[in-house]
Amino acid sequence: MTSIIAFGAYVPRRRLQREAAVASLSWFNAALAAHARGERAIAGWDEDAITMAVEAARDCVGEGARQTVRKLILASTSLPYADRQNAGIVKEALNLPDAVGALDVTGSQRAGTSALIAALESAGSGNAVLCVAAERRRAKVASEAELNYGDGGAAILVGTGPGLADLIGHHSHTIDFADHFRATDQPFDYEWEGRWIRDEGYAKIVPAAIGAALESFGVGADAIDRFVMAAPIRGIDKSVAKAAGIKAEAVQDNLQDRLGTAGCAQPLILLAHALETAAPGELLLVAAFGQGCDTLLFRVTDAIGTRAANMGVSGWLDRRKAEDNYIRHLYFAGALTLDGGMRAEADQRTPPSMLYRHRRSLLALIGGRCTKTGTIQFPPSQISVAQNERAIGTQEEYPLAERRARIATFTADSLVYTPDPPGCYGLVEFEGGGRMTVDFTDVDAETLEVGQPMRMMFRIKRNDVDRGFKHYFWKAVPDYRAEA
Amino acid sequence: MASGIKDRVAILGMGCSRFGERWDMDANGLMVEAFMEAIEDAGIDVTQIDAAWLGVGLDTTSIGPSGVPLSVALRLPNIPCTKVENYCASGTESFRGAVYAVASGAADIALAMGVEKLKDTGYGGLPARPRGAFPDATLANSTAPGQFAQIASAYSAKHGIPRDDLKRAIAHVSVKSHANGAKNPKAHLRKPITEEQAIGAPMIAEPLGLFDCCGVSDGAACAIVTTPEIARRLGKTDLVTVKALQVAASNGWEAEGSGWDGSYFHTTRIASARAYKEAGITNPQKEISLTEVHDCFSITELVTMEDLGLSEEGRAVHDVMDGKFDADGAIPCQIDGGLKCFGHPIGASGIRMIYENYLQLLGRAGERQRETPPVNALSHNLGGFPNLNICAVAIVGMH
Repeated sequence: MTSIIAFGAYVPRRRLQREAAVASLSWFNAALAAHARGERAIAGWDEDAITMAVEAARDCVGEGARQTVRKLILASTSLPYADRQNAGIVKEALNLPDAVGALDVTGSQRAGTSALIAALESAGSGNAVLCVAAERRRAKVASEAELNYGDGGAAILVGTGPGLADLIGHHSHTIDFADHFRATDQPFDYEWEGRWIRDEGYAKIVPAAIGAALESFGVGADAIDRFVMAAPIRGIDKSVAKAAGIKAEAVQDNLQDRLGTAGCAQPLILLAHALETAAPGELLLVAAFGQGCDTLLFRVTDAIGTRAANMGVSGWLDRRKAEDNYIRHLYFAGALTLDGGMRAEADQRTPPSMLYRHRRSLLALIGGRCTKTGTIQFPPSQISVAQNERAIGTQEEYPLAERRARIATFTADSLVYTPDPPGCYGLVEFEGGGRMTVDFTDVDAETLEVGQPMRMMFRIKRNDVDRGFKHYFWKAVPDYRAEA
Repeated sequence: MASGIKDRVAILGMGCSRFGERWDMDANGLMVEAFMEAIEDAGIDVTQIDAAWLGVGLDTTSIGPSGVPLSVALRLPNIPCTKVENYCASGTESFRGAVYAVASGAADIALAMGVEKLKDTGYGGLPARPRGAFPDATLANSTAPGQFAQIASAYSAKHGIPRDDLKRAIAHVSVKSHANGAKNPKAHLRKPITEEQAIGAPMIAEPLGLFDCCGVSDGAACAIVTTPEIARRLGKTDLVTVKALQVAASNGWEAEGSGWDGSYFHTTRIASARAYKEAGITNPQKEISLTEVHDCFSITELVTMEDLGLSEEGRAVHDVMDGKFDADGAIPCQIDGGLKCFGHPIGASGIRMIYENYLQLLGRAGERQRETPPVNALSHNLGGFPNLNICAVAIVGMH
């Protein structure tokens, strides 16, 4: 039996208040007022599909369990690289073994569910597959998409059971219905009329696909306990459920008011969210629309009650900071050029040869432990940093990414150029040893204090826009699981 | 330990350009300005100089590579010219090269120059510059004020000193330096300020405001050194000699090891202990009567008082507020205005500090002259960041 073994998610901390955006835009497009309700998750300037995929995967799979992963599949339509395997970067950040398969899946709003189907199909005995989907789609300023999209990611670990939910079956329809499209060299979606998408697309394609799927599974629509579908058009999930014969109360929260629609990651985010409260024996149907329709049906197992605690969608949604500065949103989203001063002109080039040489340190935050003195340090070095004991060649790898840390020194720097001033950074000391002076992110400068617990997150350190290269590294954020 | 260089090298002459935003001059002109004063003070001809050292912190923005720019600017007679760079301690490093050349007997007369042309960067503050491919890929995106500001957070936490009390003490540090700088015709910043101005100034890097940061200046300073014997032969009677010259470089322990709490300068403690030993000083609070320290930021000066042993650990806030380091205090610090107000042309600063100590020892410091000339004067020149730096301590005194 192929099952979901674990699931996790990530939602960035800032939530754009749609009312604030609409207040800035309604002079231009009064119709946007219809989209002023709630908030959407917006990625920080230092986040993209890769960083959010890493965080979702960390939320899904602990350090130990990662050694069982044999394949990593990353789904997104907003991958930073067209040619440099994006999943490969996620693999390094997760410190997965080199003997792991990796695949980028993209090109449709179904990419997340298609990746999950591919994962479920390739998982076998002792072969766990990690499916991650994350999305940070750009949208034209003053478009409905700008208000309705959301940023985030989810990760599903699949393998042969016992798991949290067993796969009953999956089914796919592929139909070239161009409700929207984004050319390879274009930053934004081009969308056709919503009424046509609703009536000819969702209303006809999805119920038919669900019907065909359920028939092949031998399950009646009225038996479905939970129905998960992204709803970029308000109420579309409910109307599809009705047309498919699924009971209204089975339709799960589409998170449109709290997160927005995170593109192809949304079905997986909603699946993870539904699993957080699912009860043993429940039937959970996932449908994803996008040039056809993917359908997956799971039965929740007894193990759901004893799963390991993680942040999950709910935990990340609760870790929020309301953003009512629309200008800041525009800047982070790359929609606005601000004068960053001459300090912003510094060359951001990262030599790939250096990056490869140090990839364990830079991407997986692997430090060194001196086998002679036990000293832990970052970065590792030929000669141990331990004072009065210059042990040579004694370092073994010591992963630091999952260690909690505490602030030893800090500042909030108003002089340095950063897209999110003031630049906060300081010396952090890891529990168990090791220290580094590192950038902080997701912080409120006025709340920093010596001794404050922190955790590490995988982020963009430098964005070399001249060459289209993103350099990733780890940053410290306030410990979001301090109470756990 | 080696026997050291105490009293083996004398200062024959010194010079210092006017510091400031020298829109009128590039590095060559600044070097000539400092050199003309030094060679006149030394009373020798340029052909008598056997070797020269050049200290520059940011050569790419300032002067270009190598020791050649010094040789060209001064039209030196094809003698050895060596460029040294040790962050903001480059000036003292240049001085050390010249002093060691004389002490070794390889040169009779040697010259040390420190220079920096910063004000062609187009913006305030120090220019950002690469630190190497791997460090740039990991180290925090930071500025100098942000690096040094962190000392304040750790110092407050360690000694239980509320942030606002520390802020007031570092304001006093800057108010004192502004008062001193006002009396120095070569200083970059010559306006006195009040404690309220310092505390209320725009924030640069928490808790350091604008007046907690030193001036970013153009300037050059120059020393000509020889043996005491040659100095006397050349007619010098009052001799200032080098009592100690020590440098300590971080080895990564503060930044990467464990044990350093971020509230002090590890290398300053080491370099000053070595310097006191070399100079035969056992009680610095009694035997050091004047200091020029690396007050790149007010918090640096405050903490350095403890690291030099001039305040007990955790007591610098009280000593500062008591006026111990004011111009009329027990051990004046930055009587010339310091980096804060004399200015901080990186490569020149270490030699500028020695220049002031030299003038004070000889009673030639004009309006700011200490009534009782000091016996031993210490300069402390720090390059890099609190967690990764190079510290140079020089003690000069009457022979």
